[in-house]
Amino acid sequence: MMEATVLPLIEGLLGPLWPTVKPVWPLIWTLAKIVLILAPLLLSVAYLTFWERKVIGWMQVRIGPNRVGPWGLLQPIADGLKLFFKEVLFPTAADKKLFVLGPIMAIAPALAAWAVIPFSPGWVLANVDAGVLYLLAISSVGVYGIIVAGWASNSKYPFFGAMRASAQMISYEVSMGLGLITVLMVSNSLNLTEIVNAQSKGQFAGWGLGVFSWNWLPLLPMFAVYLISGVAETNRAPFDVVEGESEIVAGHMVEYSGMAFAMFFLAEYANMILISAMTSIFFLGGWLSPIGGLPNGFHWMAAKMAAILFFFLWIRATFPRYRYDQIMRLGWKVFVPLTLVWILVVGVWMMSPLTIWK
Amino acid sequence: MEFKTILFYLFSAVTVFAALRVITARNPVHAALFLVLAFFNVAGLWMLLQAEFLALALIMVYVGAVMVLFLFVVMMLDINIERVRQGFWNNLPLGALVGLLMVGEMAVVLSGRYFGLANLPPQDHAANYSNTKELARLLYTDYAYPFEIASVILLVAIIAAVMLTLRGRKDNKAMHSSDQIAVKAKDRMRLVKMSPEVELPAPAAKEGEPT
Repeated sequence: MMEATVLPLIEGLLGPLWPTVKPVWPLIWTLAKIVLILAPLLLSVAYLTFWERKVIGWMQVRIGPNRVGPWGLLQPIADGLKLFFKEVLFPTAADKKLFVLGPIMAIAPALAAWAVIPFSPGWVLANVDAGVLYLLAISSVGVYGIIVAGWASNSKYPFFGAMRASAQMISYEVSMGLGLITVLMVSNSLNLTEIVNAQSKGQFAGWGLGVFSWNWLPLLPMFAVYLISGVAETNRAPFDVVEGESEIVAGHMVEYSGMAFAMFFLAEYANMILISAMTSIFFLGGWLSPIGGLPNGFHWMAAKMAAILFFFLWIRATFPRYRYDQIMRLGWKVFVPLTLVWILVVGVWMMSPLTIWK
Repeated sequence: MEFKTILFYLFSAVTVFAALRVITARNPVHAALFLVLAFFNVAGLWMLLQAEFLALALIMVYVGAVMVLFLFVVMMLDINIERVRQGFWNNLPLGALVGLLMVGEMAVVLSGRYFGLANLPPQDHAANYSNTKELARLLYTDYAYPFEIASVILLVAIIAAVMLTLRGRKDNKAMHSSDQIAVKAKDRMRLVKMSPEVELPAPAAKEGEPT
């Protein structure tokens, strides 16, 4: 995308040095793009924690953080610095190697998944054909961080947290994956850019009302299933039994301190942003404008992601925590049958003369 | 050396190392995690063979689901490594036999290439060739019946596994959400009509009572 404009500039800048840089240029360019994605992401993570505290504060008629910097805006920076300079403690009975590996395995998939997310036409690190499969594969690896951390801590509460996490995340991965199958069916592609483009066509889009051509309307039950499963998959309230502080203190994070603890938080919030990006791509038309005439672009994607993130915070402040058996019941006995039935319904719909996907 | 060749040797080396550690690691949890590492690198090898659907399915199914449950079980068991090693010399002949058989079979598979059995020309595909679609077309048209039969067998296995482990315990206090929701106030509470004031009966005076 931007390579064509940047390349002559760099060539001119380096002058005679360019031939030595040329063989490694693709590597440099890819690394630059990775930084371009990850730096804003980590900044969003920091300010998402701030926004969460503010929103929950307002909902509970409090003020929220307002002491550090103007309107408390430097609070996440202060939190980050504090965690950065704290000591990472190792319990004596812990399995040291796995104890270190746990947070790394939690954050690596949360960041790696962003490789295939398109932000705008052409704004993507790797425009691969099996993008959806890659996302499903990488996000299914995220549970290892929690399991490994819980086991390596060699302590009761972390272990409970790990057990709960493995059961819950596997259950909701199933309904998320099955929910996505209907999206793949109507988009006829596994490529994320194609999935967004497929939502720009349709009867309503022709009338200038693109918002009704997006997948959320014809696949409304799947949209609901996907969003709720997304909340459960990131272990957020009201499905946060993995780290339920009133039952098992903080689950897998009990024994962690300092930066290792911060890694779990980074991973959780990066996953939240990832889920919101995926939901806006799969169901809310990505970077497409809701009404005709307005320019498509990243601003729409950002607005949709922000709306979904607000939904995450909103339900955290609204609902009490689910009981564990009810979480399992919702996943296996409600969502999985519902998705299976809806796959059949969409299949019949697509084959019938009433089809809206041509 | 081409970059792909370097990647191949990297993935293969890590796969072989991880596979060796699976059988030599003393701690079963470490062994399971090395198996995960081996799966990842095999997926990388498949990716090099342009089988991206299979590679990602391997990660999704084996790493994302099967190995998580495997770890779940291994972590719950307190395996005593000394006890596991007790029967080593007794089981060695049988194990060695199975191992040799597998080596032989692999040799047959690999030797085909040298004896000219598998001299298929390498296929070049167009850029928009999707092996996911190709795989699906084969599975759901040419091999529809074998595919369906395989899935029915798996379904039977699932139901059998559930039935084998399903035991209703007598002291089970699990609640059903639907029953809880269907409860009415009158099932739980009885309203009794009674007059608000009841006249106390006059206490019968007893003789010899301490005052």
